[in-house]
Amino acid sequence: MPYIAATDNERKAMLERIGAASVEELFSVIPASARFPKLKLPLPLSEMEAMREIESLAAKNLCASTSAWFLGAGAYYHFIPAVVDALSSRGEFLTAYTPYQPEVSQGTLQAIFEYQSMASALLGVEVVNASHYDGATALAEAVLMAYNASGAATGLASGGRDKAIVCADLDPEYKDVMRSYASAFPIRLEFLDLPPEAAAIRSDDSTFCVVVPYPSFSGTLGDIAAAATSAHAAGAFLVVHTDPIMCGLLKSPGEMGADIVAAEGQALGNPMSFGGPFLGMLGSSAKLVRKMPGRLVGEAKDAQGRRGFVLTLTAREQHIRREKAVSNICSNQGLAMLRACIYLAAMGRSGMRKVAELCWSKAHYAAGLIAALPGFAVPALGSKQEFFKEFVVLTPIPAAEIADKLSRRGVVPGFPLSRYYPERTHELLVCVTEMCTKGQIELLARSLEEAAE
Amino acid sequence: MKIDPNCRYRSSHEYARKDGAEIVVGISDHAQESLGDIVFVELAEVGKTVAQGDAIGVVESVKAASDIYAPVSGTVVAANGELAGDPALLNKDPYGRGWLVRIAPSKAAEWEGLLDPAAYEKEAAKE
Repeated sequence: MPYIAATDNERKAMLERIGAASVEELFSVIPASARFPKLKLPLPLSEMEAMREIESLAAKNLCASTSAWFLGAGAYYHFIPAVVDALSSRGEFLTAYTPYQPEVSQGTLQAIFEYQSMASALLGVEVVNASHYDGATALAEAVLMAYNASGAATGLASGGRDKAIVCADLDPEYKDVMRSYASAFPIRLEFLDLPPEAAAIRSDDSTFCVVVPYPSFSGTLGDIAAAATSAHAAGAFLVVHTDPIMCGLLKSPGEMGADIVAAEGQALGNPMSFGGPFLGMLGSSAKLVRKMPGRLVGEAKDAQGRRGFVLTLTAREQHIRREKAVSNICSNQGLAMLRACIYLAAMGRSGMRKVAELCWSKAHYAAGLIAALPGFAVPALGSKQEFFKEFVVLTPIPAAEIADKLSRRGVVPGFPLSRYYPERTHELLVCVTEMCTKGQIELLARSLEEAAE
Repeated sequence: MKIDPNCRYRSSHEYARKDGAEIVVGISDHAQESLGDIVFVELAEVGKTVAQGDAIGVVESVKAASDIYAPVSGTVVAANGELAGDPALLNKDPYGRGWLVRIAPSKAAEWEGLLDPAAYEKEAAKE
């Protein structure tokens, strides 16, 4: 799709129409001193010099690929098959722009359709949309979706349900995003420091949904089926945020009764990239599809009966009743979704299971080694609490000190929880994926022991 | 444009028809025709108390999504469940099987304030 900028003549006509002499004049409200500042930049560099400078700066980064990397906490280091880069950088896919014209967008539309189909199978839900910005916004949208589906938003339900019960052991940044989204609606968020099944029991007739992380921020896996039963008994929806890699091995949230499933999809073929762009996955049961934000691609037949793809369910509130819409999200995360689509297609069902098994086994091997170190403990192992690839380690000296010390030696041991919870000084969140070798896991254990001496 | 002579109307194209002590609410033939093929209907929960002019549903067609407003105050006593599986009933038979909700009215005087068939026909013809 070509984009043509305004011509000089068009600009002149527009300026004349609004009575401005120049484009610069439009910025006259900005103080003169800040308007066109002289930047004190160094002299220009040749390409060769610029490359040298940038590479020397880049060399200062601590890279996951050149360290023993046990940091997760929301961004995950997984293998990305070369086919993902090769296919996703093809010109046919280069625009992530809205494929409103199906006749010129079949490639993009089919990629979205394939992604939706594979993601549905993975998350265990009947429908997945074309994607959101990241896991946090997908989860916040899921809460608004539940609110909308409860009828409270449209005023069509008899009792106004306005409360979302949220398990507190959720990524703190996700909670912030959720608070921002909810602040524009008469929604109460009740954070309960309880596991999913216990939090869901607190649902009452003012609760429109229960929000449950699976796994939790500290890595534990609650009883989703029990949470679903309790939420449903109170007439509330169960909203689950999950790890799509884990869904390759364990029963998916959808299969266990979740009504809406959100997930951070970065792990599917997308690099950590300093924290973004990431991929928000959102799916639900078919009966809630009318309340789903974002866009959805469907399979259709053209006038000659050939298979084709179109944006579907588009006569929707986001576009045409904006003041009534609970979400105005009409976009999607094109490139990150495409990469996830290629990743899922390349891995297949057995590949996804294999990756998840490797994560589970390596994480449990690491947890066992660390738990045996003097002064260290892994509470999840002690309490026989299920976990997948992340777990909390109790450390004998402050975890931030350990992380600092080891990182300098190329061992990034995990995420010190004091960064989010100042009082949790002696807790380290360790993540082990298929990328960690047995040697690196043993190096981590040795390094932790040395650091604590 | 078909006008049911037994109904009263709102200028926003809802009709109200007395049936015993209850009032059947739907959208006029003119409304269904201007909306086009109706693909989805969402209705107020049974038991909800509404004031005249409150939203009692949303009707979505291939062209638009419109709120439906209560022609009279009262309690929603029934909602047409058939529409969930077959929203096209609204196009085929707006005054019959395409009804939306039944309201037990709480303010009898509101009925007299609605448009009679002749007045509604004039209103609708203006569009």
